[in-house]
Amino acid sequence: MYDRSVLSTQIYRIAATLFVVLAVASCRSAPAQPAPRAEQTPQIIQPGAPGQPSHAIAADESRDLSHVQATPADVTFMQGMIHHHSQAVEMVELLKTRTSSADMKLLGARIEISQRDEIKMMQHWLSVRGQEAPDPGAMHDMPGMSMPGMSTPMMPGMLTPEQMSQLAAAKGTAFDRLFLEGMIRHHGGALTMVHDLFATPGAGQDSEIFAFASDVDADQRMEIDRMSAMLKELP
Amino acid sequence: MKSMVASVVSVAAAMLFLGIEGGAQQQPASPHDPRIGLKAGLHDAGEAALNMEHIASLPRPAGFFDPAAPAGSPTPPERPPAAPGTEAAAPPAEAAPAPGAPAAPRPSGLNFANSDLAFSRNHLFMGNFHGFNTYDVDSSKRPRLLASIVCPGGQGDVSVRGNLLFMSVEQTSGRVDCGTEGVQAPVSAERFRGVRIFDISDLSKPRQIAAVQTCRGSHTHTLVEDPNDKANLYIYGSGTSSVRSGEELAGCSGADPKDDANTSLFSIDVIRVPLAAPEKAALVAKPRIFADQKTGAIAGLEPGGDRGPGAQPSRATNQCHDITVFPELGLAAGACSGNGILLDIHDPVHPVRLDAVADKNFAYWHSATFNNDGTKVVFTDEWGGGTRPRCRATDPLNWGADAIFDIVDHKLKFESYYKMPAPQTEQENCVAHNGSLIPVPGRDIMVQAWYQGGVSVFDFTDSAKPVEIAFFDRGPIDAMQLITGGFWSAYWYNGHVYGSEIARGVDVFSLKPSEYLSQNEIDAASLVRSGEFNPQEQQKISWPAGVVVARAYLDQLNRSHGIQADRARALKTALDRADGARPGNKNTAEIAGQLDALAGQIETDAAASTGRDAARLRALAATIKGATAKLRG
Repeated sequence: MYDRSVLSTQIYRIAATLFVVLAVASCRSAPAQPAPRAEQTPQIIQPGAPGQPSHAIAADESRDLSHVQATPADVTFMQGMIHHHSQAVEMVELLKTRTSSADMKLLGARIEISQRDEIKMMQHWLSVRGQEAPDPGAMHDMPGMSMPGMSTPMMPGMLTPEQMSQLAAAKGTAFDRLFLEGMIRHHGGALTMVHDLFATPGAGQDSEIFAFASDVDADQRMEIDRMSAMLKELP
Repeated sequence: MKSMVASVVSVAAAMLFLGIEGGAQQQPASPHDPRIGLKAGLHDAGEAALNMEHIASLPRPAGFFDPAAPAGSPTPPERPPAAPGTEAAAPPAEAAPAPGAPAAPRPSGLNFANSDLAFSRNHLFMGNFHGFNTYDVDSSKRPRLLASIVCPGGQGDVSVRGNLLFMSVEQTSGRVDCGTEGVQAPVSAERFRGVRIFDISDLSKPRQIAAVQTCRGSHTHTLVEDPNDKANLYIYGSGTSSVRSGEELAGCSGADPKDDANTSLFSIDVIRVPLAAPEKAALVAKPRIFADQKTGAIAGLEPGGDRGPGAQPSRATNQCHDITVFPELGLAAGACSGNGILLDIHDPVHPVRLDAVADKNFAYWHSATFNNDGTKVVFTDEWGGGTRPRCRATDPLNWGADAIFDIVDHKLKFESYYKMPAPQTEQENCVAHNGSLIPVPGRDIMVQAWYQGGVSVFDFTDSAKPVEIAFFDRGPIDAMQLITGGFWSAYWYNGHVYGSEIARGVDVFSLKPSEYLSQNEIDAASLVRSGEFNPQEQQKISWPAGVVVARAYLDQLNRSHGIQADRARALKTALDRADGARPGNKNTAEIAGQLDALAGQIETDAAASTGRDAARLRALAATIKGATAKLRG
């Protein structure tokens, strides 16, 4: 195997050299039609700080992002956020049978679609990095298995098991109020988690983590905004 | 080696299995839509198009992707070999490492993502989370890479003005020196978040000449010209991420406005760039555009009001995601998280809010596009942030959509939603994103990017009834997993549609005539030439008076039955004759006279007509008169 590949490489080299020689020779004898120039790939340039010169950089150097990989803090953030999101999904489950407001159902539907999907994304993010990906949703999907808060580590803003029971026992406007207050606090906790992430050395450097954490921050602020308005409009 | 091949086959089998299953779950809106069921692939995906032609494509250049994972994400880690058939359909492996173990190195899908576009002469500048690339698009069928610039920090949205290129940087990994190594310390002078300015007079070797730091970085930015101040250029910077500490950048504070009147929340950044000395660019204002105009409270759009002591800190709309300006009208439309707002920008440093709207179906106000008359705004809702699938058959058509508003007396009036209608798979991130007008005279038409939902062209001349008139779509990048990709932006520039594909590179399209859009209308749009185009900085479009533009109006009037048949016939004949006429030719005066007479009759028709037809008849008459003036020399 080895010998043959060396041999074939040598034959290839000889053939290639021969071809170049012949090609040059033929160009010399028939200069009327110059061969089209192969398109050159431009150099990759890395500018310096303002006022500093720019310089060329090799492609492998350009794409070396070994220093901005995800850190343990990023992993912990994602794992915690799965638990956090999962409680929001649980709360929406309660909402489905306890509210009579169309606006509340709309809000619930959006929270459910968004957070379920983000849970999937976080699980994928963790599993392809060889990390433990919590799957709290597996239990919530089973009827009769909803033991709110029991199996889930408490993350900032999350409702205690007592608060979840209180929510489960409420109906109508009383439920709506408890839900909105609870979800505003719950979302506020996500903002705290994002804040803590960015305050950790080396964390939040990876583009996906940065984008996700920033999206969580922006989306949940906006939802808090909307829920505050709904809370004010409650009878 | 052998076991790896077996593993690849089993992964492929799993992909096929899951892909088929995922496809079967789709509930298509129209079962005949060719966008449904397209084959997956990075550079060999299935494609579907209607009334537009894909004429060129150029992948991301070297240095802007990982050869081990060209799509931006490798396949999941290899699992230990097992007996064939036992694991083919099993989910990806989940290792169980010790808690706190460092994550396995894996490139992030966004690290090399292409982002927004800017245009100057025959050059296209494509922003990237890792820097930017410059292309020569002199031949739209053969775009050519001119320069690759590495300077990471995301999102890398770009704008151009003359020899200056501006770039948004928001990530905490951004560095002042354009380094790729990130910044580990939470507080560091090496970190850069804000707007970079490059001198691109040597396109192949740009130099960074200024880097204006801001508290939240710059997610997007918009160039703004002050008609009364030609010596300076202004930039509206929108930061949407976390506020950095005051230790890193003096004056930054993420505190609630109740606790800190100087909070960095609830404002936009205004940067002044002295054109004679752009290296002296600096932050000059942080206008409180969300303030209550009566009380002056900074968080004026906050609906909760004073919630009393002990209440939650304020989380209301405190940022814009994107601002589109229309300096000739003195207007800006801000897509600002929980609200769409309209600003008076006659004095760009001190924008004044004219109106603010909210919408129950909108998750996140993302971007805005005016129509050319400045009587409508298309706002987009980036529900899911752009990296998630939000165009599935189960996702409502009014979520993650556009909302079209009329502007009536400086107030925004909701008219309708528009969403790219073809259901997409779970593996395709999709939601409303960036687009621009297609300058067809007499109509409001927009081309828009929908990430992996492709490109959609729609007419919103009737703002209550938007209609899709053309599209292009590819299958997902991967059949099994969602890999972030698709079109970040799709813009019309000098006769073609240019797409920035996050993972696949540059795409160029031309429009094809159809029942919705005639060749004359496409030709009239192609007459409009810009020397420079930054999509968030809208310029008033005007069309040269000429036969082509008259024909475009005539096609529209024929389509709407807004012109008498004999008048239309007579005009068509006269326009055909005018085609060959030149000033000074012997029958030119006679042709011009005939056209002028027709223009007079059409003006009379317009007076007896109403609405859009009347406006088109008037525009047609004016165009004919302009054309005859040219004919007469």
